[in-house]
Amino acid sequence: MPNATPTLRLEGVAKSFGPVAALRSGTLIVQPGSIHALVGENGAGKSTLVKIVGGVHRRDAGVVELDGEPVDFHGPAEAKAAGVAVIHQEPASFPDLTVAENIFLGREPLGRFRRIDRRAMREGVRELFRNLGVDLDPDRPAEGLSIADQQIVEIAKAISLDARLLVMDEPTAALSAVEVRRLFAVARGLRDAGHAVVFISHRLDEVADLCDTVTVMRDGEHVSTDAVADVTPDQLVRRMVGREVAELYPKVPSTPGEVVLQVEGLESTGTFHDVSFEVRAGEIVGLAGLVGAGRSEIARAVFGVDRYDAGRVVVGGRNLRQGDPAAAIAAGLALVPEDRRLQGLVTESSVARNVSAVSRRRLARLGILLPDAEARLARDWSGRLEVKAGALDAVTTTMSGGNQQKVVLAKWLATGPKVLIVDEPTRGIDVGTKAEVHRLLSTLAAEGLAVLMISSELPEVLGMADRVLVVREGRIAAELSRAEATPEAVMRAATPGASESESAA
Amino acid sequence: MSVLSLLRRREAGIALALLVVIGVTTAIQPGFLLSAGGWRDLLLTPSILVVLAVGQAVVVITRNVDLSVGSVLGLTAYLTGRLFIDAPDLPIVVVALVAVAAGTLLGLLNGSIVAFARVPALVITLGTLYVYRGVTLTWAGSDRIDAGDMPRAFLGLGTRQVLGVPVLTFIAAIVLVAVAYYLYTARGGRQLYAIGSDPDAAALQGLPVRRRLLWAFALNGALAGLAGVMFAARYGTVSSGAGAGLELQVVGAVVVGGVAIFGGSGTAVGAALGAMLLLTINRALPVVGIPDFWQRAVVGALIIGAIALDRVLANRRSRRLAAARDAEPPPGSAPPGSAPPGGGPNDAGPDDREEATA
Repeated sequence: MPNATPTLRLEGVAKSFGPVAALRSGTLIVQPGSIHALVGENGAGKSTLVKIVGGVHRRDAGVVELDGEPVDFHGPAEAKAAGVAVIHQEPASFPDLTVAENIFLGREPLGRFRRIDRRAMREGVRELFRNLGVDLDPDRPAEGLSIADQQIVEIAKAISLDARLLVMDEPTAALSAVEVRRLFAVARGLRDAGHAVVFISHRLDEVADLCDTVTVMRDGEHVSTDAVADVTPDQLVRRMVGREVAELYPKVPSTPGEVVLQVEGLESTGTFHDVSFEVRAGEIVGLAGLVGAGRSEIARAVFGVDRYDAGRVVVGGRNLRQGDPAAAIAAGLALVPEDRRLQGLVTESSVARNVSAVSRRRLARLGILLPDAEARLARDWSGRLEVKAGALDAVTTTMSGGNQQKVVLAKWLATGPKVLIVDEPTRGIDVGTKAEVHRLLSTLAAEGLAVLMISSELPEVLGMADRVLVVREGRIAAELSRAEATPEAVMRAATPGASESESAA
Repeated sequence: MSVLSLLRRREAGIALALLVVIGVTTAIQPGFLLSAGGWRDLLLTPSILVVLAVGQAVVVITRNVDLSVGSVLGLTAYLTGRLFIDAPDLPIVVVALVAVAAGTLLGLLNGSIVAFARVPALVITLGTLYVYRGVTLTWAGSDRIDAGDMPRAFLGLGTRQVLGVPVLTFIAAIVLVAVAYYLYTARGGRQLYAIGSDPDAAALQGLPVRRRLLWAFALNGALAGLAGVMFAARYGTVSSGAGAGLELQVVGAVVVGGVAIFGGSGTAVGAALGAMLLLTINRALPVVGIPDFWQRAVVGALIIGAIALDRVLANRRSRRLAAARDAEPPPGSAPPGSAPPGGGPNDAGPDDREEATA
């Protein structure tokens, strides 16, 4: 095998987005007839690497070869035409089209006069679904499909391409055990037919079960490539992390006070169900779970952005009216949203404007906002959070992700909240600023703030949280104390189909 | 497709509304339908708007809009008349083709700015609405083309009937069938829906988004050009103001016809029915005896009502689909019996609640 030309050879590939280097030196060599695992923490650069292979991003440097031919894709269509099929982490389906149309979009079987042959298309989809062992109606609209079903549609689409290289970016994250088994059977079939498969997963048992080779990445760089048989899961984990968790997360121990935020039986059709939990003063509660499990939706409902069908939210002993963020802010809630550019900041505005955005009413005298008061507030908070900006009237668009996040945090802290909800607080932030954000959250909790932290980064949740709530498919699947919250326990509770023994945890 | 599913389609509702309007008005004044003139007006009046609405539907499905169609119609209608005066030897077919080609070019111009400059179509076509109209004004000045300037055979197209159906209605019907067929059965047609449904995902899939947008705007321009020719034939006079304000009626017809203004869904047939409904109501209201003042209000209510109905239907659909998802054994659809021992993840529900409140 080593003499054969690899299907994919990717060496020293780098990619930066602005000042953030997502990929420093990615190397991945995949042989035909092999299933190659790519593992690493969130933010290790796996998804960026996949997007380069799939033609979504263009590399800044390095070599990419397909079957020995150098390639440089200018778009996903070129990658597809070259025989590369990618299942991206976030399924991108078209809600208005049917399942069958989604799968065959642009490649529909044609009948006479190049007209779409719907019967053949439906048959093709049924055939694909039979192989995958799923039972989905090809004619239903893609709107309203669960994340798992959307994944199935993506997988069916990728398989139907019959590509020489199939890349799956965490395809099993939302699948049940049965579906995972079927997907593996399909992947093995492709391997035996001589195709190359790249499989990205956080679950090392799956890697051991399915793959023959494993490449570890860390901080945008290649760490190691071995035959799966030659490494133990423990070795892999150590290579993935590369450092002790404790030194990264400066959690100050604190004594939880009284209950500040209480959520009872929150219910929203199709999104989350029977969600109950409480957060105490001085406590950091982590909300863990897979992408799409409904964590952000729960936070949005609690804060009053989205409405819910049943249940109640109590802040400081008082019922909070639903669908009213202004009341939530008045009651002492603050929400740092997931997407700071879209939801957290007015990016075209200055630092001062952004910091004072929620506190204006309080700052205003007789309805008039005095620039002095605004500047004082902004100077105060950006000083405390060490925002690196040239001036307070600097526009936030040009700032780094970390500094932008500090501005968003400053804005909410300026309102003097009792409960701070942070959604993915360190996503896309460089390592240094990340530590600063962690230290800040820890200090705030020690000062008596109740913090509810949503994070997809397991080490962050485990390192920061006093208590971990695991959300799975819109339900709180487990509540773990800091001592109980091991990566395995959280992942087991978060993963559908891996739940047999979870209530013992 | 079964009769039931045909009846449940959005278009069926509009067709029904159209039949009710015609029925009620005919009951009050039988001549509305049951006279030679009544029948002719019923078919002839909407034919130009149907052509425009079908073209607009293609653009709106891609989550864009073309406000310049009224100006394109004006320009091509004037061009048609000018050609008859300045080049009297050109056959009628060639004149019509030149006008359609001119409309295509104007549409392409809209499309290229939208596709390449990535400026919202609303703004671009609002701009070209004025630019195209300005060209016509400069060119025509206070000049006007009259029936006497155009060949008799051409004007005949606007009034003649074949087998009891006006020629212009035939043209509109052919356009409708061709576009509807394309949208439903061609790869390109389905891609237009995909682009309107989620532009980002379309790019991620490697769909030729720019090419399709250019194409959609070009087609719409071509149909507006054709509508210009039809306008000249039908009315016999063309001034520099021909078609002014028509764009709003077109967008109204498309929306009433159930084409979602945010793209991704709707059909050419719906848009055509919307155009017919709008203009038939316009003619029916005076017959029924509704005063002038209320006639416009009724049209406005119809447009708002159609959008509200779309919203309600869309919400109901997503709620139904979401509820269906909750009811399924999550996740996805593993057939019963193949579930792992210990059951689905849901079984752990009650235990968790105890844990949470403990």
